[in-house]
Amino acid sequence: MNKIFEIPLYPYAKSPDQDATTPVRHQVVVIGAGPIGLGAAIDLAQQGIEVVVLDDNDKVSFGSRAVCYAKRPLEILDRLGCGHPMVDKGVKWNLGKVFFDQRKVYEFNLLPEDGHEFPAFINLQQYYFEEYMVNRVRELQEQGAPIEIRGRNKVSAIGQHDTHVTLEVETPEGPYNVEADWLIACDGAGSNTRAMLGLDFVGRVFEDNFLIADVIMDAEFPTERWFWFDPPFNRGQSALLHKQPDGVWRIDLQLGWDIDKEREKRPENVIPRLKAMLGEDVNFELEWVSIYTFQCRRMEQFRHGRVLFAGDAAHQVSPFGARGANSGLQDTDNLCWKLKLVMDGKAPETLLDSYDVERIHGADENILNSSRSTDFITPKSNISRTLRDAVLDLAEQYEFARPLVNSGRLSVPCTYDGSPLNTPDALPGAPARSRPGSPCADAPLGQGYLLPQLADRFTLLTLNADAPDGLDIDGIPVTRLALDGKDDPTGALADRYLGGEKSAVYLIRPDQHVAARWAAYDETATRDALRRAIGKA
Amino acid sequence: MSDLTLTPNIPGADDFYAELIAAHEGLTDAESQAFNARLVLLLANHIGDRTVISQALAAAARKE
Repeated sequence: MNKIFEIPLYPYAKSPDQDATTPVRHQVVVIGAGPIGLGAAIDLAQQGIEVVVLDDNDKVSFGSRAVCYAKRPLEILDRLGCGHPMVDKGVKWNLGKVFFDQRKVYEFNLLPEDGHEFPAFINLQQYYFEEYMVNRVRELQEQGAPIEIRGRNKVSAIGQHDTHVTLEVETPEGPYNVEADWLIACDGAGSNTRAMLGLDFVGRVFEDNFLIADVIMDAEFPTERWFWFDPPFNRGQSALLHKQPDGVWRIDLQLGWDIDKEREKRPENVIPRLKAMLGEDVNFELEWVSIYTFQCRRMEQFRHGRVLFAGDAAHQVSPFGARGANSGLQDTDNLCWKLKLVMDGKAPETLLDSYDVERIHGADENILNSSRSTDFITPKSNISRTLRDAVLDLAEQYEFARPLVNSGRLSVPCTYDGSPLNTPDALPGAPARSRPGSPCADAPLGQGYLLPQLADRFTLLTLNADAPDGLDIDGIPVTRLALDGKDDPTGALADRYLGGEKSAVYLIRPDQHVAARWAAYDETATRDALRRAIGKA
Repeated sequence: MSDLTLTPNIPGADDFYAELIAAHEGLTDAESQAFNARLVLLLANHIGDRTVISQALAAAARKE
């Protein structure tokens, strides 16, 4: 069987760098061609930065791995030119059902708010996700963008200097040396970069094992997320069923701590478990089986001089809530515009420290939420289990207990409250969801949507307000986007950005987060806010 | 007289639940039972309304 994840997608090819007498210097080297590394590389290349991605492998991820992608990362991927292929292929879902023993105790509808271009969630195998990103890299290359992926290039040593980073790279044709002005490490939870630099990765280990199986079947199950606590087919444990494209179903079965992993992974042991769950007469084929344990932990700092960590390399969460790849893409979304301004000499290098502040805030939020879900799913004591079962028992009959049921709090974007880049809110009467630090909510315009109008640069969004059409502040262009009631056919724009206010002016960062907002344009206030947003204040 | 509230009434449900679980950390099963008994008595006194308390007792017994 030729699965997409068995075919080399970026096979090894010799680079002229390998024959260079003195090491070649690149602007940025990214380690790791997973979703986060490719996201960083595409983002930088779109801004004209020369970037080389090194990966010790040459294929997309083996097995489905990350499967749930939330709206905010899809919006980021749209800015990177690959959001639509993912949504077109992905399975959209809104309904989740929670079962306890044999009873359905609760169901939730994500009830996505109207007026957003992207859905609340899609399910998509990680190998498709990576393939679409590699396709985007190829497209950029055809357009002449300076981006390159080098397969089977394993970094074996890293040297840190004040002005650059040196790398030793092993290839099938022997080692070579290369240099970079900046290094972004996206090499996953087991990051070699972190190990080579001797950096910490501290947190909490959860004493549990989960069997994860992707099965191909023609089943009658609806396109919903089904979660079981203590089901008859997996007593005392939990189970999850979720649909992916191509008739592939993701099944997670909690196994407990004291198990023989190799034995549990064998098909003769996996298949009876799945039959007990799916029914004896359901025909299925195993695509991929794995057993995982997990931890919730993060690095103390994500920036170490000219080395920047992103994604699982910087922080690791349990899978409940889809907060891994989703938060990693928010990392690179936060980092790349800052790095571009620093590289262009338009912002001080200390702007990169705000990457630490903002994304550590995000990582802590994700770790808190995923730890709580894990504690609910795997109670750590008799009393925890008693309370958990009481919640599930009551939830079936009484609405009050339902918000307490925690089978995963699904990923929502992070608001950077308290970030040093925010200007204090000068329009507190406008909706709190759009306060400084927030990611901009999408809204339908007369034609198309708001978010694509805000991408990749500083924008001054004016609603029923006057302002100059273009500004140049310390060499940084600020583009005005002037909108009023005519551009707001559904009222969603006013609802999300004006509330009870008659007019508003928003300064929006290149990553579509709000930097400042006022009732009317003021040149001095705008200049001060922009300088603050690039780390000059 | 008011009725027992059976719709969500605690802002920050996850924070509340985490605090409740944390309060039991390090306790033996017997200590946890004693803790819960004290908690029930405290909350019942706070409610005060005998009708509401009777409704809560019935709901916990899973009787309609």
